[in-house]
Amino acid sequence: MSDAPEVVIDPTREPIVVVDDLHIIYRVYGSAGGGKGTAASALLRILRRQNRPQMKEVHAIKGISFVAYRGDAIGVIGTNGSGKSTLLKAIAGLLPPHSGGVYTQGQPSLLGVNAALMRDLSGDRNIVLGCLAMGLTPEETRAKYDEIVKFADLKPGFIHYPMSTYSSGMGARLRFAIAAARTHDILLIDEALATGDAKFKRRSKAKIDELRKDAGAVFLVAHNLDVIEETCNRVIWMDDGRLRMDGDPREVIAAYTEATGK
Amino acid sequence: MSHPERARPSGGESVDTIAEPPALAEKRAESLAEFAARHGLTQSAARPPLRAYVRQLWQRRVFIWNFASAKSMSMYTSSRLGQVWQVLTPLLNAGVYFLVFGVLLGTNKGVTNYTAFLITGVFVFTFTQRSLTAGAKSIGNHLSLIRALHFPRASLPFAYVIVELQQLLISMVVLAVLVLVTGEPLSPRWLLVVPALALQLVFNIGISLVVARMGAFVRDIQQLLPFVTRAWLYFSGIFFMIATLPEREGLRDYPWIGDLLQANPASVYIELVRTALIDSYRDDLAAYSWGYAHLWWYALAWALVAFVGGFWYFYRAEDRYGRG
Repeated sequence: MSDAPEVVIDPTREPIVVVDDLHIIYRVYGSAGGGKGTAASALLRILRRQNRPQMKEVHAIKGISFVAYRGDAIGVIGTNGSGKSTLLKAIAGLLPPHSGGVYTQGQPSLLGVNAALMRDLSGDRNIVLGCLAMGLTPEETRAKYDEIVKFADLKPGFIHYPMSTYSSGMGARLRFAIAAARTHDILLIDEALATGDAKFKRRSKAKIDELRKDAGAVFLVAHNLDVIEETCNRVIWMDDGRLRMDGDPREVIAAYTEATGK
Repeated sequence: MSHPERARPSGGESVDTIAEPPALAEKRAESLAEFAARHGLTQSAARPPLRAYVRQLWQRRVFIWNFASAKSMSMYTSSRLGQVWQVLTPLLNAGVYFLVFGVLLGTNKGVTNYTAFLITGVFVFTFTQRSLTAGAKSIGNHLSLIRALHFPRASLPFAYVIVELQQLLISMVVLAVLVLVTGEPLSPRWLLVVPALALQLVFNIGISLVVARMGAFVRDIQQLLPFVTRAWLYFSGIFFMIATLPEREGLRDYPWIGDLLQANPASVYIELVRTALIDSYRDDLAAYSWGYAHLWWYALAWALVAFVGGFWYFYRAEDRYGRG
């Protein structure tokens, strides 16, 4: 733990997310591992009051502390399985902390790759329902509708097709467009922009800048270091559930590139 | 408010700060949790207070209605007959039950207009049954939506009951035609169907909220529910008149069985709709000197208990939906 950087509080800025010695342990259910999957063995297990053998506990976040301030755009980098997505889920409040805590001002919104809205409904239905679910009034929804369609920039006609027919890039664009229609206190973006093409990346960067200006903080998980360096003013490097480095994008990315030998 | 595992004295950085130089340690006399509290930060995704929650839910009423309409529209899109199934499904159901219980078994003892009696029972019960089944899946089937956007999760069970309400309204038109065809007169008493179904709607929302919470954490509920609803179906006096039970051989010594079955919520709502719609059924009941005015109180009590209890039960786990 000695290499974990110290949390230094900047008293001149307004904190928006405080992560306090966060530990996340979650359970995974999988068919991997021993144990027969028959009804008889399941019944025996219940009688003996054993846990499911397929259940494993994963200690994904091992004590992370940091403070994010209003106006921050924080990039989160690290190798696969280092706990980046878990951290974002915890900040969004979707995974309960095992110990420690996450304190936020306002409601964080997580935008992930898998966040398909309603696959069996058409794109335009998803826009309307998504806006209404976020708490926009019908009038605001109507006002935002064209902007969302324009920003998502789907092929003509696709807006009336069910979302299950969309390519992953199209789906990601539409989801990002819907989520960006409202100002968020804290926006967590988990690889959602990875599937977009170059043109969309440019526009989403502009949108992220705009969201940053409007309100709180933006967290961005991406494997593309260029995107992080361009978009963020601060980078957190995670390694095996711990905070390895936290600071200026160029310094952290340089250290990360050196360590991973890219 | 928070989870037991969170309720630990917050030592902040104590683990890390042991080997710190004194100057830094002094700066950190305040723990991070206290620092967060001083700036008015709150636990991420904590459950809002009940009043705020109800207000948020009311604010989402347009969302609930739109979501329900979209679901209704897309329900039968993959089948060739499409929306016709909304009418065909209840009709076929009634047809099967009529064949088995009316023609083959001849259960129609004491009922003058058995067709209208049976179909009313089936249609009204279907509303409760389908609300229950849909409610159990309402959270589990929308995890991605729950994880993507923040909205009061109770919107989903509400929306699913509204879907079933829209289906019921179609069934009711079919039912009205059938009742008229079987020779019952149109009367102002038919208007009593509206408050009866309104109370049933409130009751259904309540029980859907209960199974929605259970289904969100224990998926096994979905396997179990068909048996529960089927047992409930047979105990709700849909194929037979509950009033005839105390007269029956072997049940004569247990008059409370009839009272118990009559007080069961499904039977309460069915009987209220029957007595409103079917003129001859009121005479059938009178023949057994069996009243039905008190059923309105049962209906009201069931609706209130189910709704208040269900809403409270669902709300208590609001911050945990979506973790799956």
